[in-house]
Amino acid sequence: MAVVFERPHALCDVPLHYCPGCTHGIIHRLVCEVIDEMGIEGDTIGICPVGCSVMAYDYFNCDMIEAPHGRAPAVATGVKRAKPDSFVFTYQGDGDLAAIGTAETVHAATRGENIVVIFVNNTTYGMTGGQMAPTTLPGQITQTTPYGRDPKIQGYPVRVCEMLSTLSGTALAQRVSVDSVPHIREAKKAIRKAFENQKEKRGFSIVEVLSTCPTNWGLSPIEALDRLREEMIPYYPLGVYKDITAKEGE
Amino acid sequence: MERSLMKGNEALAEAAMRAGCKCFFGYPITPQTEISAYLAKKMASAGGLFLQAESEVAAINMVLGAASTGTRVMTSSSSPGISLKSEGISYIAGSDLPCVIINVQRGGPGLGGIQPSQADYWQATKGLGHGDFHVLVFAPASVQEMVDMVVRAFDKADEYRMPAMILADGLLGQMMEPVTFPEIKDNAPEKPWATNGHKNKREHNIINSLYLKPDVLENSVVERFERYKKIEETETDAECYLCDDADIVVCAFGATARVAKSAVNHAREKGIKAGLFRPKTLWPFPVKEINEASKNAKVLLSVEMSMGQMVDDIKLAINCSKPVEFYGRTGGVIPKPTEILAEIEKLGGVK
Repeated sequence: MAVVFERPHALCDVPLHYCPGCTHGIIHRLVCEVIDEMGIEGDTIGICPVGCSVMAYDYFNCDMIEAPHGRAPAVATGVKRAKPDSFVFTYQGDGDLAAIGTAETVHAATRGENIVVIFVNNTTYGMTGGQMAPTTLPGQITQTTPYGRDPKIQGYPVRVCEMLSTLSGTALAQRVSVDSVPHIREAKKAIRKAFENQKEKRGFSIVEVLSTCPTNWGLSPIEALDRLREEMIPYYPLGVYKDITAKEGE
Repeated sequence: MERSLMKGNEALAEAAMRAGCKCFFGYPITPQTEISAYLAKKMASAGGLFLQAESEVAAINMVLGAASTGTRVMTSSSSPGISLKSEGISYIAGSDLPCVIINVQRGGPGLGGIQPSQADYWQATKGLGHGDFHVLVFAPASVQEMVDMVVRAFDKADEYRMPAMILADGLLGQMMEPVTFPEIKDNAPEKPWATNGHKNKREHNIINSLYLKPDVLENSVVERFERYKKIEETETDAECYLCDDADIVVCAFGATARVAKSAVNHAREKGIKAGLFRPKTLWPFPVKEINEASKNAKVLLSVEMSMGQMVDDIKLAINCSKPVEFYGRTGGVIPKPTEILAEIEKLGGVK
């Protein structure tokens, strides 16, 4: 009997700790499928953040490093500069990448650091129980914005891909989502492109993946996917913000 | 053997390259910037990497990344910058990674000043970050020792899988002295734990300092402290100068020890039996060495460029068996031999 669907080799055969309905599992799988398809598991080193995916080192079959909060792009820089022929990716949430790690993110991009950044945006700090993130939407209720995020008090959410697309070192800045099958297929293509960029030494590639957090949003998994579509995508439009391989007019 | 006249910072940088340091990540801060400048000029042509990071925080995390791959790696800073690195140092220690960290100390606290100081003794020996851990701390007192100790630091960091620090000061960094570079080898051992790509030949390696189960975390810390115990037994080092018959043993490290040595010589000329005990490792503190050096002493005098941060370690090392006095200058002021001599004379009963 022909096997038509199986666990990617790069994804460890262990139970994941993520909450029911969380989309981290899908995103892990997409990264692992790309690693398998490119045949690079033995040369890949992944960097985990602090946040919900802090224990992703147990889930990826390649060599893994756990970084301090926000510092994954700096750790990745050290790995990549020491071993330029390896494939290096970071896997970071919004608090890690866009709050405490903003400097490391921006400067890895300005240097054109030849790494892949998988940026999971779910508009909240999931691991600590749902506090305001730099990406929390105006009006969104969290533990630390109990009356809803008021831009006059808490400021505005940051659009990371738009910001990083202005930097010369960025090769790819693309926002995708995993709320539907067509979007998941698009997300995988973007991740593949990011790793291909690294192979061709094109520079810094970031794929921002809009993700759900049913637990901290207080929604069922299905309602959470609806919220992603109805509230997140309008504020964080999907698309390619920068792609240095794109031809004029495309 | 080649002999050259070099600044302390530059000699240290040259020695690091010869010891097989392949990556350096830095951020400018006075008075250590010559280390970065030297390596920026020399690293690439020697097949290594120099990278200026966006902050000390980023630099130490780049060190974490490079060290994870098994590469010999170094960073350098001065006091306020070391405070910024302390988060990363704790993670590096908790992940059992070897690396070398240079602190060319300046006055503090806060932004402090840019003149030489030893006021980071407590930080280096007791509090380089959160959690239960130590780093090896070497205290050079000459440009030659900047060379010798950085080589030793790389070897010992690899041997014990832990960070090693050179605790220098602005005086040693900036002064020029003749220096020789002995035959230096890259003695880096095999590092089967490194995350450098498993090449489909082994299980994946994980570099990590997170242990959510308390008993597992406790075991990892206890294992590390068993290593520390061995280090305390075998890795202490100190210089004893005219200590055998000394009534007064002056204790000083780094640049201060050079000034103190002059004062000891002057005291001897005046007939006062003074000696100098100079710890070359600050952690581990040379406990048996100081007991041997002070066995005939009536009193010990700690002389430091700080408010007396080493005094407690001396008292503990000799189990408070003798009085331990203190003389120090801080904020970037270097004690003069005459000042130290006056303190020795006071203790020696000279009016």
